[in-house]
Amino acid sequence: MRTPFFVLILTAIAAALYAAFHSIGNDYLFFAGYTVLQYIVLATAWNILGGYCGYVNFGSAGFFAIGVYSTVCLYTIGQSVEDVFPQFLVAPMQLIFPLPLPALIVVGGAVSGLVGLGMGYLTLRLRGVFFAIATLALAVVLETLIVNWEFVGGSRGAYVIPPNEIPVFGPYIDFLFALMLILVVVSLTVARLIERSKLGVGFATIRDDELAAEATGVPTLRLKLIATVLSGALFGMAGAPFPYYIGYVEPGSAFNLSYAVNSIAMPMIGGTTFWAGPMIGAVLLSTLQQVVTVTVSSAVNLLITGLLLIGFVIIAPRGIVGLWQDWMRRRAERAKGATPAAGAEGTPA
Amino acid sequence: MEVSFDLLINAIIAGLMLGGFYAAVTAGVSISFGMLDIVNIAHPGFIILGSYIAYIVNTSLGLDPIVVSILALPAFYALGSIVYEVYYRSFEKHGQDSLRGLAFFFGLLFVTEVILNLVFGVDYRSVDAPYIGGSLSIGAMEFPYRMLVPCIVALAMFAGLQIYLSRTFIGRAVMAVSQDPQALQLMAVDPIRIKRIAFSISLATASLAGAFLVIIQPVIPSAGRDYIGRVFAICVLGGLGSLPGTLIAALLLGVIESITATFYGPSWAPAVAFGLLLLTLAVRPSGLLGR
Repeated sequence: MRTPFFVLILTAIAAALYAAFHSIGNDYLFFAGYTVLQYIVLATAWNILGGYCGYVNFGSAGFFAIGVYSTVCLYTIGQSVEDVFPQFLVAPMQLIFPLPLPALIVVGGAVSGLVGLGMGYLTLRLRGVFFAIATLALAVVLETLIVNWEFVGGSRGAYVIPPNEIPVFGPYIDFLFALMLILVVVSLTVARLIERSKLGVGFATIRDDELAAEATGVPTLRLKLIATVLSGALFGMAGAPFPYYIGYVEPGSAFNLSYAVNSIAMPMIGGTTFWAGPMIGAVLLSTLQQVVTVTVSSAVNLLITGLLLIGFVIIAPRGIVGLWQDWMRRRAERAKGATPAAGAEGTPA
Repeated sequence: MEVSFDLLINAIIAGLMLGGFYAAVTAGVSISFGMLDIVNIAHPGFIILGSYIAYIVNTSLGLDPIVVSILALPAFYALGSIVYEVYYRSFEKHGQDSLRGLAFFFGLLFVTEVILNLVFGVDYRSVDAPYIGGSLSIGAMEFPYRMLVPCIVALAMFAGLQIYLSRTFIGRAVMAVSQDPQALQLMAVDPIRIKRIAFSISLATASLAGAFLVIIQPVIPSAGRDYIGRVFAICVLGGLGSLPGTLIAALLLGVIESITATFYGPSWAPAVAFGLLLLTLAVRPSGLLGR
């Protein structure tokens, strides 16, 4: 399938989904749906570096929070233009602020991508595990910075008040939902484009044998940096609308470990080598989480996520996509097995 | 800013004692990550488990937390054997699939935390021992027993580990397996068995480290996360697989953190380890005493 055609189909599906949700007209559906969509973006973003290059990022929560806090920061600036800027800048700045949400998403993505670039430059020249450890620590340090940064609320947190209504979309959550749908389309398209381009082949050589790739002239560092920036930017973009969704942000919620765990668990459960894998994992797992959180408790839901992650990496390392591919292959073999030449395989199909 | 000399001296002393404790926390990772190349990021989770075991027995039976942790050593050793067996069968045997191995340990870390959360809730838990509260003063220098006792026991454990690894047959085999497993196999030693023993020992240290932690400060299930950065920073700074290097790096980090906390406020302390880690990775990835 050609890429423009793919985007068209994806957009059509997204539009249909939005129309269906809109016709049901239940706000809870939009709130729950937003979370699921957000996880599709996070899982896909993680997979660009983790699944394609084989570099594990434990700092998803950190990159996500960069997006969240760049929005909080710009929102706070927008609230106090007179205090932040010198006199001669107040008038032009009042024209710019408050920034529209799509612009905030772009900023969040840019900042997060830049942080990814810096971190990657320092740690990606070493073995993959150092990068993984550095990302783990990154989340802790970013949280320390935010806790100590009074302007964005510090440890007290900050309120971001979304407007109640917005033209065309109606309730604000509908608008957020639509934006997240667009982000899903963007991230899935990026993932699929990578998979089918020279870039994807380069990523795969890094995952399979980095030393051999380097020796045959693959610019591994540059490729890894591209992957880190793309992945980080998508994380940031997914985080940027979050303050408007939740209304009140504090470091504990923005850096919640469940983002890090989920964005690893979802691609691992769905399957890491195929663009739809993270999406499948994200839809299944976050729907399950929504149900368990409502019916049982949110702690149990985290436990299930952790156990599923461990179970899948041990038993089904290629995820649901892998299981499905195996099943298809077996079926094909069985079909062939029906011919007398290879008839050893059980019953004819 | 007026830097008081007494304040500085006490910050350094507190940092050294903290460093002794950090050394105990890192010893396990220094063995598993440094020598066996198993990136056990779940280690801090097991340390918190050790803290809670010390807490339960201490509050119900009144036993000293350190005694409890020594009694719990065999259980942690057994747990280590199980974890290694699962890790080996699922990941190591099939070649270097480090991605899934990492995800596995990350899952373990998370599951330990969530289970502790479900059982004990998110309240801070602390233990009771005769030496908690008092302190030894020499001149202007203060040595709170709460810090001093864990530090001394930690250093003893560290010395014991170093002697074990450099003097006994198994210990030397562990060092050998970290250098060349194949050569070890040719000497008719089973590298998998040696690795299992070494990994089990590394996890057993978590029992002691857990008791030290809960003596030094009250714990919550998520406390383990704060130590991941520190543990790996120390491990990398010290040079992978070098226990003396680990000790030096632990003391160094302890002192730097303590000074930071004293002069800039404790909320900045967690960032120190990361800064040190990044600096090490950027400037000298082989660490202080790296091979």
